[in-house]
Amino acid sequence: MALRDTKGRPLVAVTGMGTVTSLGQGRDDTWAALTAGKSGIHRIERFPTEGLRTTIAGTIDSVDVEPFCAPMLSERLAMLAAEEAVAQSGLSHESFPGALFIAVPPVEMEWPQREALAEASGQTGEITYKDLLKAAGTGRFKAWHDLFIFGTVADRVADRFGTRGSPISLSTACSSGATAIQLGVEAIRRGETDAALCIGTDGSVNPESLIRFSLLSALSTQNENPEGASKPFSKNRDGFVMGEGGAALVLEDAEKARARGARILGYVLGCGEKGDGFHRTRSSPDGMPAIMAIRQALEDAGLSPEDIDYINAHGTSTPENDKMEAMSCTAVFGERMASLPISSNKSMIGHTLTAAGAVEAVMSLMTIGTGRIPPTINYQVPDPAIPLDVVPNVARDARVSYVLSNSFGFGGQNTCLVFGADPKGA
Amino acid sequence: MRDVVITGIGIVSCAGEGLETHLAALAGGAAPRTDTAAFEPFPVHPATPLEWDRQIPKKSDQRQMEPWQKLGCYAAGLALDAAGAKDDAALKGRMQLIVSAGGGERDYAVDGGILTGLRKADNPGVFLNERLMSDLRPTLFLAQLSNLLAGNISIVHGVTGASRTFMGEESSGVDAIRIARERIASGQDDIFLVGGAYNAERPDVLLIYEMGGFLWKQPYRPVWKRGPEGGGMILGSGACFLVLESREHAASRGAKPLAAIAGVASDRSRRKAGSVEGALHGLSRQLGAKPDLVLSGATGVKGITEEEQAALKDIAPGATIHATGDLVGHTMEAQAHTGVALAAGLVAQGGANEALVTSIGHWRGEGAIRITRA
Repeated sequence: MALRDTKGRPLVAVTGMGTVTSLGQGRDDTWAALTAGKSGIHRIERFPTEGLRTTIAGTIDSVDVEPFCAPMLSERLAMLAAEEAVAQSGLSHESFPGALFIAVPPVEMEWPQREALAEASGQTGEITYKDLLKAAGTGRFKAWHDLFIFGTVADRVADRFGTRGSPISLSTACSSGATAIQLGVEAIRRGETDAALCIGTDGSVNPESLIRFSLLSALSTQNENPEGASKPFSKNRDGFVMGEGGAALVLEDAEKARARGARILGYVLGCGEKGDGFHRTRSSPDGMPAIMAIRQALEDAGLSPEDIDYINAHGTSTPENDKMEAMSCTAVFGERMASLPISSNKSMIGHTLTAAGAVEAVMSLMTIGTGRIPPTINYQVPDPAIPLDVVPNVARDARVSYVLSNSFGFGGQNTCLVFGADPKGA
Repeated sequence: MRDVVITGIGIVSCAGEGLETHLAALAGGAAPRTDTAAFEPFPVHPATPLEWDRQIPKKSDQRQMEPWQKLGCYAAGLALDAAGAKDDAALKGRMQLIVSAGGGERDYAVDGGILTGLRKADNPGVFLNERLMSDLRPTLFLAQLSNLLAGNISIVHGVTGASRTFMGEESSGVDAIRIARERIASGQDDIFLVGGAYNAERPDVLLIYEMGGFLWKQPYRPVWKRGPEGGGMILGSGACFLVLESREHAASRGAKPLAAIAGVASDRSRRKAGSVEGALHGLSRQLGAKPDLVLSGATGVKGITEEEQAALKDIAPGATIHATGDLVGHTMEAQAHTGVALAAGLVAQGGANEALVTSIGHWRGEGAIRITRA
């Protein structure tokens, strides 16, 4: 088998995968629950939910960090996922021989910290930022500078695993996890690095994050039955459910991986992306940017639409996304789209935002590796406008050689990845 | 590998608007415009007032953005104009975009009101929920999200190849330029818009850096002269965007290069005494730098600023050294782009053959960029 792709670039192999989600810690636990059609969505216990329109999420409550805040939890989830991925790859835990690309949620100071500063200021009347600044000047809160700047999660992960060079922290909103993988693929193809640690992480279910999405009417409000709230492609879908998660992939130049006798779990064969200047939160009505991202990913992989066996959908369960995604896929895959399996992991895990693209990459590769397609659960009321085979409610066994994984985000982000058991023609 | 050249620069800061204005200010050598009153005792370098309509024609777009996004969108428009790309929709449709960004500003009145109320609230958690639900503007979220500067540039200017947003303070700037350069050099892409924007006139960012003890709290003084009195940085509001493309691509569309980006190097030393000086020597060696001009991104933070000064004495003996902090203040994610813009402008003027741009993060991350004649 050639270890270069049809364009003469190094093939990019996946040699390690790790994940933690509301379904379980580790790829095997998550996979078992995902293929059993279990939901990880539950009532939020982490903070009071009185007064909120949405009171459910796929939080990860089994992981404790101190102080409890989004950057700490996101860091921990990244570490857990990366430990599993690096262990599977057999590469060094302390001196990882490659670069780090990590999708991290935008962080900022949170309410407990603001309250602590307000208290330390001694102000008993109206509190303003002047008071917080006064408290900050005492030097007692020095550690929070490091905690709440944007490069810290990456820096700590880089320290822990000894990755090479300057780590890249990135955001492309809800396609961030896929972009982290794309950056790793590109660096290996350019020959800059033999290996890359690509991570997506998000532990940001807190009152303000939830409320921000709620105020944009993006979240499901069907709180009575949390496990049934995320209903991608269903007629009664009414928004996404926030989730938390972390996922990591070890990517390697296939030739180097082969030479060291590593077990190759699959390949990242293609990446595609396209910007959309239509609107801040909505996609172009003709779906062209998403269509072009899918086509570019297929072209990059040296595949034609007929080669794809399964689509791991972005499938958020918002009215807008699922309609647009179905339309874009139909434009690319034509009549075949009626019978091409497409399912949404988010029906069970929720939308892990920054992490989603990476979590779904791991699940796409598990699908290839096990020959089992995870279902779209909560599919009780089909949407006649979206006539797709969403693998309703029950997992399905199938031979899957090539998977397309879609990720779309606010700000006109469209990123698509193609994974394969082997490159075509191998 | 293909040569990578700079064909357009857009810059706004306390020094004004546009490359020529900045080069003139640099030559003039006057102290930068500083506001010592608004956030007393913290001086900031406020951005020059801009006629937003000139680069962001729709009021509806302006209303959707907070100042950091408007500054960035404005500078991006200037860069596209300078590169002769503004009116070429097809070119912008395949132009790639990398933005270096933090996050957006908060609603300070809402925050203050909530903090005041929380103290007396019977049930603080419920109080917080209710107040955030009723007081937060729904669109504020979109003005805060890190990747929405890129999103706004796509909407306002039609740059829609694809966008990626890098985070991580100063390092995000160097690495954005590095990745863009590598993608062009390797033939993956032909043309990029890269840049960053920063609004310093924000109590929430002052708060972060004051917690860490990084802010200068006296009247303006040049970055190299702050050390003896404890050091510290003065944040500056501004934005800088660059159009980068392969030499062949620029030639094919008749665009005139200002300068070439001969190399970009970045790393992450585990900081201890001497590591910044060592890192700069290493980066300079990696780049094969022999500069007669240095655009330093020195922050004025004690220790690392002196180490940079010492390293530059060895790396660039006899070179003219300018600190971008003394012209525009510290613009964080836009620091590296600003240095590159000024270096390219000076090289294009014939004032230097080769420039080294440094970007030493106030807390972590070291980078250097080698600029040569086009």
